[in-house]
Amino acid sequence: MSGILASMIDGLLIGSVYGLAAMGLSLIWGVMDVINLTHGSMIALGMFGMYLLFAAIAGNPYVLLIPVIAAGLLLGILVYWLSVNWVVGRSQLMSLLSTFAVNMMVIGIGTAIWSTSPYNVDFSLSGITVGAYTFTGNHIAAAISALLIALLLEAFLYHTRAGKAIRAVADNRDAAELMGISSTRVLMVAFAIGIALAAASGALVSTLFPFTILSGAGYQLKSFVVTVLAGLGKPFGALVAGVLLGLLEGAVSPFIAVSWIPLIEFGLFVIVLIFFPRGIFGKATA
Amino acid sequence: MTGLLEVRGISKRFGGLQAVSDVSFTLNEGEILGLIGPNGAGKTSLFNLVNGVYKSDKGSIMFAGKDITGLSPDRVVRLGLARTHQIVRPLQGMTVLENVIVGACFGRENQSMHDAHATALEVLEKVGLAKRAYSPARALTLASKKRLEVARALAAKPKLLLLDEVLAGLNPTEIAQMIDIIHSIRDSGISVFMIEHVMQAIMNLSDRILVLNLGRKIAEAPPAEVVHNTDVVEAYLGFPDIVDKLRGMA
Amino acid sequence: MMTMLRRPLFWLILLLAGIFAWLPVRGNNVALREDLILVAVAIILTSNLNLMIGYTGYVNFGHIVFYGLGGYLGLYLATVRGWHLVISALVAGVLVSLVALLFGLGILRLRGAYFALATIGVLVAVQAFVANFEPWGRSTGMYVSFDSYAPLGGPRHALWTTYFLVIGVMALSLLLSLAIKSSKFGLGLFAIREDEDAAIVLGVNATVYKAIIYSVSAFLPAVAGALMFFKNGMIDPSIAFEYMLSLEGIVMLMLGGSGTVAGAALGAGLYERLRSYLLTSPRLSEFHLVIAGGLLLLVIRLAPGGLIGWLYRLIPHSREVVE
Repeated sequence: MSGILASMIDGLLIGSVYGLAAMGLSLIWGVMDVINLTHGSMIALGMFGMYLLFAAIAGNPYVLLIPVIAAGLLLGILVYWLSVNWVVGRSQLMSLLSTFAVNMMVIGIGTAIWSTSPYNVDFSLSGITVGAYTFTGNHIAAAISALLIALLLEAFLYHTRAGKAIRAVADNRDAAELMGISSTRVLMVAFAIGIALAAASGALVSTLFPFTILSGAGYQLKSFVVTVLAGLGKPFGALVAGVLLGLLEGAVSPFIAVSWIPLIEFGLFVIVLIFFPRGIFGKATA
Repeated sequence: MTGLLEVRGISKRFGGLQAVSDVSFTLNEGEILGLIGPNGAGKTSLFNLVNGVYKSDKGSIMFAGKDITGLSPDRVVRLGLARTHQIVRPLQGMTVLENVIVGACFGRENQSMHDAHATALEVLEKVGLAKRAYSPARALTLASKKRLEVARALAAKPKLLLLDEVLAGLNPTEIAQMIDIIHSIRDSGISVFMIEHVMQAIMNLSDRILVLNLGRKIAEAPPAEVVHNTDVVEAYLGFPDIVDKLRGMA
Repeated sequence: MMTMLRRPLFWLILLLAGIFAWLPVRGNNVALREDLILVAVAIILTSNLNLMIGYTGYVNFGHIVFYGLGGYLGLYLATVRGWHLVISALVAGVLVSLVALLFGLGILRLRGAYFALATIGVLVAVQAFVANFEPWGRSTGMYVSFDSYAPLGGPRHALWTTYFLVIGVMALSLLLSLAIKSSKFGLGLFAIREDEDAAIVLGVNATVYKAIIYSVSAFLPAVAGALMFFKNGMIDPSIAFEYMLSLEGIVMLMLGGSGTVAGAALGAGLYERLRSYLLTSPRLSEFHLVIAGGLLLLVIRLAPGGLIGWLYRLIPHSREVVE
């Protein structure tokens, strides 16, 4: 019994990283109605960003998160101008395809540089032992980092002018423009933050598991699951839903083979999409 | 005698808003029934209930002797109840003719592509769009898009046509043309149920008028009576111009 | 049917299939046959994907699921059950269409991007299921036993037979697209693509139409999957449900011109040749995804109608010939 509990706690820790990734997707989705299909490749770049920095400087990975996030912001601005700015407000097919095109290019370049063989960040903190179970230090540190970043985002969105502008645009783009908010700049900033969150979550994942340039795809799918569970455009709901998904993985993993988990997750995903299109926390509106 | 359309105690609620509340009325075969009311009175919601876009919470709708309560819009149109939209919705990427062919193909007569083509040309002639048949629908002016809405609905060979503000946004010449079209529709034996804000037009066109306010029916009478109904005048009190206009017309 | 015979594209499709069948036979060119079969499969997948994306306006990111499931069912029936290849492929096609109908009735309640996301979910869930399914060899997959080639006159003969069958399926795919395009059913689909709510008010039963086209778009890809994996001699979950191939189908379609019969074929043919060239080129092989992605970005930005859309703008009357 306590085995399940330990597995669930571990799932909860990892789930907070899923939640962080999904926050980025959800923020972009909510603010500009764009489903960002570069999400997975940006997570992967976060992993490799951490790998390269760690290899070069050998510093503390949790400090190295800061330059990864900064690079993520810059990359986000680049990707915004390359593939997003001109599709905002056009059909969703266009934004799906344009972000997907960039995703292919990033994966292609990444594969050319790093091939598809696994890498890992060789760093480990000592864990905490409770009875017969040890919780890995890296898992705990990753969860704490994810929560800290989420709190920073919350502070930014609710207590700064720029953050309020983002929320205003998400709420009603036309009204925000009438009040003199430049929606292009706001969208760019929101997109850059979304990408930075993806990169940060990738960087954290790199301290937990080995990864390849293709690993981002799996986390992208988990982000979709989490975002849909939370209801679109609810970044903090996404964090909670991410933790729930981690809990679920932790709760079922002692009983079934790991290879069944995707089936459960995506079965759940499709069912939630069909029956709760506004998310499990969402309310039906007219 | 029973009417073509019989609505009994229909209600619809959205969250905290009672959009339509216990509305009953009868539309007789061959008549033009007008539907007026202040903004937010629930007029378009009532149309959406009648043609099945919304599912009603309560009440029943009988059309041509059949219970159509809860039927989806595509079933309703096949039974002969077609409508236009207040905000025009042409199928943008298709030509004007193709738009009308869609109406004919999936309408009451369920026509083949070949027959639908003939019907569409005929209907476009009737609404004065024949010359634009091969233009892309997105290239039309607002007035022409409204005619296209009417043409598509007519192509379905309906027994009853719901017109949602087909005059709004048109200039006086265009309004006069559209009024002629509506007259000719009625003369061809199709009953009409129409929402309109252009008071002069609706007072002249309608045999009877149904007035909604805050989702409730407050009057159902010939135009001359409606303008002297105190409830109606009160409902429009916030809009004194309209009251004056109403009075002036009667 | 008579009207089909009057349409130039009908004869062009037959001509294309004839050329595909004849080219490798002349001189018994096996290498060319292997190249052309890949082009044919790309055309099959793209033109059926076009029925969803181009005709109905619903993006299916997981279209490859039909191909992979068809491959598994076909291989299972042909090798484990010992059925004839043609029967196996047809039964696989029918079963996959039924599965698609079932999925479709669920996920087609979703609109736009939500549907697109659900199709990714379906792909991943089906792949995970197959990778755990004991009778189909879980993650190691299945192999074609040597005996299975006997009814087709031995392996060498069997490869040629499968080739001709795949070419036949290619021709059928294009003819199906053409037939649907000019039918009342197709008109209803196009109306849904333009504005689903307006289409419903005009009398189009969108729920039924979408479910049918989703199911129809599964049939020929499943048949092709059964034939191809039989030809290749083996199948496993990672090659059967290759996500990238599913996505490249979208690139092919956009390149050629979404919503047009000829565009699906043209885009598939060109992209498949480009990809094969890049993959075999020593210097560029690693960059084929970069080039594909860049190409897609350029096409949707500069010519959202693809090559055929560009042709239409150049020569407006070409619409009447190239549908």
